[in-house]
Amino acid sequence: MSARGPADGLPIVFEDVEIRAGEVAILDKVSITIRAGAPTVLIGPNGSGKTTFLRAAMGLIAPSRGRIAWGGCGFQPPARRAILFQRPVMLRRSVAGNIDYALASAGVARAERAQRISELRALVGLAGFADRPARALSGGEQQRVALARVLARDPGILFLDEPTASLDPSATRAIEEVVRATAARGVKIVMATHDLGEARRVSGEIAFMHRGRIVETGAAGAFFANPVTDEARRFIAGDLLE
Amino acid sequence: MPENASALHLLLTSDPALREIVWLSLFVSLSATLFAALIGVPAGALIALTRFRGREPLIVLLNALMGLPPVVAGLVVFLALSRSGPLGSWGLLFTPQAMIIAQTVLVAPIIAALTRQTIEDLWMEYRDELTAMNVAPVRRAITLIADAQFSLVTALLAGFGRATAEVGAIIIVGGNIDGFTRTMTTAIALETSKGELPLAIGLGIVLMLVVFAINALAWGARRAGERLAG
Repeated sequence: MSARGPADGLPIVFEDVEIRAGEVAILDKVSITIRAGAPTVLIGPNGSGKTTFLRAAMGLIAPSRGRIAWGGCGFQPPARRAILFQRPVMLRRSVAGNIDYALASAGVARAERAQRISELRALVGLAGFADRPARALSGGEQQRVALARVLARDPGILFLDEPTASLDPSATRAIEEVVRATAARGVKIVMATHDLGEARRVSGEIAFMHRGRIVETGAAGAFFANPVTDEARRFIAGDLLE
Repeated sequence: MPENASALHLLLTSDPALREIVWLSLFVSLSATLFAALIGVPAGALIALTRFRGREPLIVLLNALMGLPPVVAGLVVFLALSRSGPLGSWGLLFTPQAMIIAQTVLVAPIIAALTRQTIEDLWMEYRDELTAMNVAPVRRAITLIADAQFSLVTALLAGFGRATAEVGAIIIVGGNIDGFTRTMTTAIALETSKGELPLAIGLGIVLMLVVFAINALAWGARRAGERLAG
């Protein structure tokens, strides 16, 4: 797979975005611009709004207030985008069948699919798993199938929601290697995590979220060396934020 | 007991009358289940995946029709097919075709209601992934039906069970004519009322064996398919 130019649909601009569930603001007046380039990593404690942010950026949830624009002024999300959910659902078919389904839904011709399935399985380290039922795999293996499935869509923007949560170190390393290689090909990665180690390893830019707001943003090095806000300082120090 | 011995004799000698009745029963019930599936599966999937005014009352009605009394279904089809009815010109009353129509009316709501529930549950599970993959509505429905196929087998079995077990509908529209529209259930009812217990018992045993064999076959197919698909 070759390197690509900046993806369509960037920058993604959030302007005073609010997403509410009844009286509760899941996202509270969020404004941020996500540009092409190194991965953007959303960090913050559980319940800070990271998943909702990713779903909104993917175009799966409409804001209650404010607006989201893709590619500067468009209000339709770009076609070549994909999201890896924290708990991906395996379709009731084999590993190859799951990847084939994603390729078919992305419009890849039947004649090309066998070769692509083989490449994607090798990429995520599931070369010998073609005919295994996807639902019978371990959590880490299912996460890799899901990663192959999102990469099958050849996305320009890839959203990752805690892709290594509850995985062991070796599975985490395997996923992170694929993510870094994908970013190196020019795919914009927007990832949510509450794992500070992973955020340091993957990110170029950090957006720190707390209670539905983006509290602080900045380059990863500067953010971890000199956090500006009290909440970010406490989160990096390992304090339990409410 | 002499009746049991005679029933066993009928079974072991493969009595032609018994064979004919068994064959017609299977033909009618399997045909009705097939037609009911062709109607019920797409209808159930459509109701599961679309939102429209009156959807909730329709689901309640569909669930209620699962308990439709066979005699009522038989009466409705009788009125439709009778000479003065809207479909009287078809000339189907007191034929196996009329029995298939009556059982289809009885079974289609069962298959549609169970399909609706199955597809809706699977859609809840798949919704995020299929939406994120931008899968078109028709392909969503096909995917859900394909992936729910093993659960839908249960819906088909429930429908087939209903069809093979009922007497009321087919006796009204079929007339229980010897050698033409007599099935296992109608024959059991008739022979019992006449005191001809050996044939009634023989038919009862065959009916149970057929239902058991088809359920065992479907269960085996389901388990094998589940092992392959995961």
